[in-house]
Amino acid sequence: MRLLYSFLLTAFSITSFNFYQQKPLEQSIADGKEIYTDFCLQCHMAKGEGVKGTFPPLAKSDYLKDIDQSIYAIKYGLKGLIKVNGVSYIGNMINQGLEEEEIADVMNYILNSWGNSSTVIITEEIVASIKK
Amino acid sequence: MKKKNLLICGFTFLSFSCNAQQNGPKIQSSTTVDYTYEIVTDNIDIPWGLTFLNKNEFLVTEKAGILYRVVDGVKTEVQGLPPVYVRGQGGLLDIAIAPNYQETGIIYFTTSSPLGEDKGGHTALYSTQLEGNQLVNTKLLYKGDYNTKKGQHWGSRISFDHQGHLYFSIGDRGNREVNPQDISRDGGKIYRLNLDGSIPADNPFVDNDNNRKAIYSYGHRNPQGMITHPESGKIWVHEHGPRGGDEINVIEAGKNYGWPIITYGINYSGTPITDITKKEGLEQPLYYWLPSIAPSGMAFSTSDIYPNWKGDLFVGSLKFEYLERLEIKNNQVIEREKVLDSIGRVRNIEEGPDGYLYVGVEGKGILKIIPKS
Repeated sequence: MRLLYSFLLTAFSITSFNFYQQKPLEQSIADGKEIYTDFCLQCHMAKGEGVKGTFPPLAKSDYLKDIDQSIYAIKYGLKGLIKVNGVSYIGNMINQGLEEEEIADVMNYILNSWGNSSTVIITEEIVASIKK
Repeated sequence: MKKKNLLICGFTFLSFSCNAQQNGPKIQSSTTVDYTYEIVTDNIDIPWGLTFLNKNEFLVTEKAGILYRVVDGVKTEVQGLPPVYVRGQGGLLDIAIAPNYQETGIIYFTTSSPLGEDKGGHTALYSTQLEGNQLVNTKLLYKGDYNTKKGQHWGSRISFDHQGHLYFSIGDRGNREVNPQDISRDGGKIYRLNLDGSIPADNPFVDNDNNRKAIYSYGHRNPQGMITHPESGKIWVHEHGPRGGDEINVIEAGKNYGWPIITYGINYSGTPITDITKKEGLEQPLYYWLPSIAPSGMAFSTSDIYPNWKGDLFVGSLKFEYLERLEIKNNQVIEREKVLDSIGRVRNIEEGPDGYLYVGVEGKGILKIIPKS
């Protein structure tokens, strides 16, 4: 009985633990790829290469070094002049209406694709903490 | 003889490879620019829909979910919109006064809507009336389903024929394999309703209860331009193709316009969608753009205000950031010209009650084209 009790307790704590945990990075990247295809690919292109002078690249982009600013741009949109890898872009990226979890997923996909790599894992909580 | 055959082959191959890259007539830059423009109202990010209440007053929708009333160039936000689902290419979309607006005060608009049980959204059509800066008597006339969280292809434009019908478009909602060819589902369709929102008894698919009875034509991808031809009264629609293959179609009851079975375009990734551009039972476009211009908004110039433009078709290009003028003879495009070259992403074009052309440009607002005299 005692054994069963402790087993149940363990099972419960694992379940609740998982509930508050971010999903595995591989899953987040896979989900982020779907979001990317739906919402980002048309401008930033299939390999994140962008269109020089019109849509900035995401592949090996120095803009992504500032994670908070990147999340902010996806969450609230981006307007005006930015510089990416030494090239100037004046544009208007509209807010796509993505949920916080979806923003975390697409950030994880971008940060781990096309030659990009990151030690930071973006979570829903991180996205939630970026305020206007 | 053999040599001649070879020559013909070579020529055929050459013209085929040309066709693979672009469809004529070639777009021309204006040689003499005998027009200018003024900004009527500024500071609108995505001015999607525009409708004139009278000569001095119009309504503009902003995709982000704002409706503006503009009186003598001064804009005020209108209150009372139903929920707008701003997601991807969706948001607050087209707006149009009823043909009998002077008597009824009725205004129609389309929006991406989260209503319904499923997560996500679909395109909805509403009727409403304006009291000061407030919408009143707002009624939901049609709501596409099933909702999806996909960000693509909501349409939408509204127009009217001369027999008391309203037409509006919904795009394929990012599910091309399922929606556009299935008339028991919404998406990838042109719809026809009576002005009160009821379904006309002579709609083409009313005989089967499984069908969406409001459907008028199907096999569309993402129609964001619609205009009633000033003479024939027929509904002209253009739609975004994938990479290549934007189309102009003249809409007929019950017809299938082919998406995605036939198309002149390919996937964004460069892979083919289908290897055929024609098939029996599927309509051919009046014109297709190759390369794509990403068309949005559509209007005929019917006034005498612009020299040489009367009867011409105007279409906004989001991609190349100009307004395109198309000269059409016997249902063939014979000339294309860039108007307002490099002006910005052209989202909409309307002819005002004063006969001037009004252009919705992203990041700018509403511009009025003025001939130089």
